[in-house]
Amino acid sequence: MSANNTARERAFPIVIVGHIDHGKSTLIGRMLHDTNSLPTGKVKELQSSCERRGAPFEWSFVLDALQLERDQAITVDSTQIWFHTENRRYVIIDAPGHREFLRNMVTGAASADAGVIVIDAKQGVSEQTRRHAYLLHLIGVPQVVVAINKMDLVDYAENRFKTVEAEMQAYLQEVGLTAQAMIPVVAMHGDNLAKRSENMPWYAGPTVSDELDTFPRPTATVERPFRLPVQDVYRQNGRRLIVGRVESGQLQIGTEVSVWPTRRSAKVVSIERWASPDTATEIQAGQSVAITLDDELFIERGHVLTLPAAGPRSSNALSVKLFWLSSDRLRHGESLTLKLATAEYEVVVDSIDTVIDVEDLSRHRGHEVQQNGVAEITLRSRSDITYDLFHDIPALGRAVLLDGYNLVGGCIIQGGGDIETASRNLTAVPQSVTTDERETANGYPGAVLWMSGLSGAGKSTLAMALQRELFNRKINVYTLDGDNVRNRLNRDLGFSEEEREENIRRVAEVAKLFADSGTIVISAFIAPTNSARAQAREIIGDQFHEVFISADMSVCESRDVKGLYAKARLGEINDFTGISSPWEPPESPDLEVNTGELSLDDSLEKMISYVEQSILKSAN
Amino acid sequence: MARILLKMDDLDALEAQSVFILREAFNKFDPIGLLWSLGKDSCVMIWLAKKAFLGRMPFPAIHLDTGKEFPEAYAFRDTFSKEWNLDLIADDCPPIEAVDASLPPASRFAARKSLGLQQAVDRYGFKALITGIRRDEQATRAKERVFSPRSVDNSWDFRGQPPEFWDQYNTEFPPGTHVRVHPLLHWTEVDIWRYIERENIPMVPLYYAKNGQRFRSLGEIGITEPIESNATTIAEIITELEATRDPERAGRAMDHETEDSFERLRTMGYL
Repeated sequence: MSANNTARERAFPIVIVGHIDHGKSTLIGRMLHDTNSLPTGKVKELQSSCERRGAPFEWSFVLDALQLERDQAITVDSTQIWFHTENRRYVIIDAPGHREFLRNMVTGAASADAGVIVIDAKQGVSEQTRRHAYLLHLIGVPQVVVAINKMDLVDYAENRFKTVEAEMQAYLQEVGLTAQAMIPVVAMHGDNLAKRSENMPWYAGPTVSDELDTFPRPTATVERPFRLPVQDVYRQNGRRLIVGRVESGQLQIGTEVSVWPTRRSAKVVSIERWASPDTATEIQAGQSVAITLDDELFIERGHVLTLPAAGPRSSNALSVKLFWLSSDRLRHGESLTLKLATAEYEVVVDSIDTVIDVEDLSRHRGHEVQQNGVAEITLRSRSDITYDLFHDIPALGRAVLLDGYNLVGGCIIQGGGDIETASRNLTAVPQSVTTDERETANGYPGAVLWMSGLSGAGKSTLAMALQRELFNRKINVYTLDGDNVRNRLNRDLGFSEEEREENIRRVAEVAKLFADSGTIVISAFIAPTNSARAQAREIIGDQFHEVFISADMSVCESRDVKGLYAKARLGEINDFTGISSPWEPPESPDLEVNTGELSLDDSLEKMISYVEQSILKSAN
Repeated sequence: MARILLKMDDLDALEAQSVFILREAFNKFDPIGLLWSLGKDSCVMIWLAKKAFLGRMPFPAIHLDTGKEFPEAYAFRDTFSKEWNLDLIADDCPPIEAVDASLPPASRFAARKSLGLQQAVDRYGFKALITGIRRDEQATRAKERVFSPRSVDNSWDFRGQPPEFWDQYNTEFPPGTHVRVHPLLHWTEVDIWRYIERENIPMVPLYYAKNGQRFRSLGEIGITEPIESNATTIAEIITELEATRDPERAGRAMDHETEDSFERLRTMGYL
């Protein structure tokens, strides 16, 4: 065996990130030169090209080899290039700093084992510096070094270095990322890249290449639970070969495996190889394998093989931390495809729980996620999703999102969706008295009259009059009124779009319980949007009757019983429906009562006759 | 329980990644084909495909034939298409007259392959083509994705490339798109030779030095020049490569005609 045939360590992948113009490509170009990693003639070729253009030579040209990049002076895509120190080989991924190319930065950074964050000493920590640092942490790049560049422009001043260092340190700490070192450099002249700088005697720490050499490789996933996501099933000579890449753990021939989500088991009979001297009876993380089982179980792409004792999680809702790459904003209710290992699931954005501002790390409620934004959201799928938590088994704890043909985001899994996990542990006890029995006993079915309309349209007045009339007829009736509910059950909710939706959801759930008990419920809420009412209809089901109390805005405003319109006009009330918050009239209500044209008596008459026709007479 | 901890070395890891990519491509695209230039990289790729599919490559090997390959290369093709049990497609590329006359001579000559490729896509309806390019070969190739979409006219929009991370390759495309799949993107030239050595993969003999010269990168007669070398074995080639700082494609004329000639070739659909 020749000396060359001995195993070599794989090149260590590092990504260089930071704000545009802070000097990432210059740092790489110079680093390649200083470690003797450039092809002969490359620098000369570029220098003469610069002469022809009459422009000064820059180290970044080494990487920015594409015509377009030289003309526009920005790195468009991530580039990979190899270099070596005396200790090991590296592959550097240069990630573009320009905001619109964040998708390329993520593309590059996701395969790195370490990151170098470049900051311009004069400019200091910028928005893109923070965004990149945050994303490095989010996508799981475990170790970083910070290079504070262009120290020559601040006269190699230790003070300035300390200021930028402190600012970055504070941010990283809050994110949960620890920088292994903060190093003052001048990329253009090579100070503290591979060679110690003589210009900054006050700095006693390592150079960039010294520091990189100390970074350990991430620990192998061999010791974690076994996961083999099925890539495909091949038929060969009447046998079924299950193929895929082992993402974590290890397994021996003869071991029993469980298949998810079917939860069936079989034993591994053989490991198949072609032209391989390898006769190991074991497979392990990182290998692309083909195995056969002793039982013809139903197995297809997307299934996951595990050991029976250490299975994955399963839920039809996931709570994830998302980074959003599409220029279209992500909104609640949107349908997307989730690709997790080899599986694909159709998912709906169940809720946008928290939007995170990566600039100041504040967290707030929000109803949409903008391009390059980060948020915690809940995804719901019709089928169960097989997954692990990102920090347990990264490969099964992360996923990408597709909208049609386009990859629009990535996410790491933090848990099963709250709603889902909670309800999984509950078992609904069947009622001993059925809805039908109640209806027969009462002589009418339970129902919800869902009244909606602008403030001042007369909802409460009509609701109370109708309630009195029905009560007089010995009908079980109860009114859920907006203000009453908000003072008690929903006193934790405000008036943002999301909180209004939650208000309506809870009211709908309560109304349904009343209706199930055989009561006729009159609900009087503004319920300003079609989606809010659609949600109520979905929760309540057949017992839902939509009543639109219509009155022109001008009529409502002239009534202004509570003096609210006046306040809203003065700007004293925010989010006032119809004035500073949207109002969508119901598109096809079961009943419309125009209180602007009808008297109270006539309006009441119309409602009573609807109740008689559509609820009382419908009794079986 | 005592456990044998296998340690994967760098070649094991490269092989596993390429096998994973080939299996993804085969699962997602039908029909699919592999471009066989007869050079070292595409031979390694066929070898990897045989590993991925357990001995049988389940799609055609396509040789874009300009009629200008070296005789040793044709002999190699005839021998190993049988030996490796390949389903070979070796149609003639369109003539030089069909190529954009504004290109410099060697690039124009090389562009016949681009037209041949377009012809294969049109003739056989390939949804995806597997090619053996590597990021370390040439700066524009460093920008490539593993699954790289090409539009109807075969062109490459390197500015608008889709994101690709966590081994989740883009497999959904509008009708009319065809995809280039690059299972060797993450390999280096030395990796290729070390793997050839380990696996004992047959190669066109022109790669080994004769009379003080060998081909480091194999193209067609007239536009490919040998380098000065005394490396007659794989081990000597590896030693040579580990010491050299000359670029791999120094002997390929079309890379150097004008500053952007190779980039122009690539946006027009060249590999």
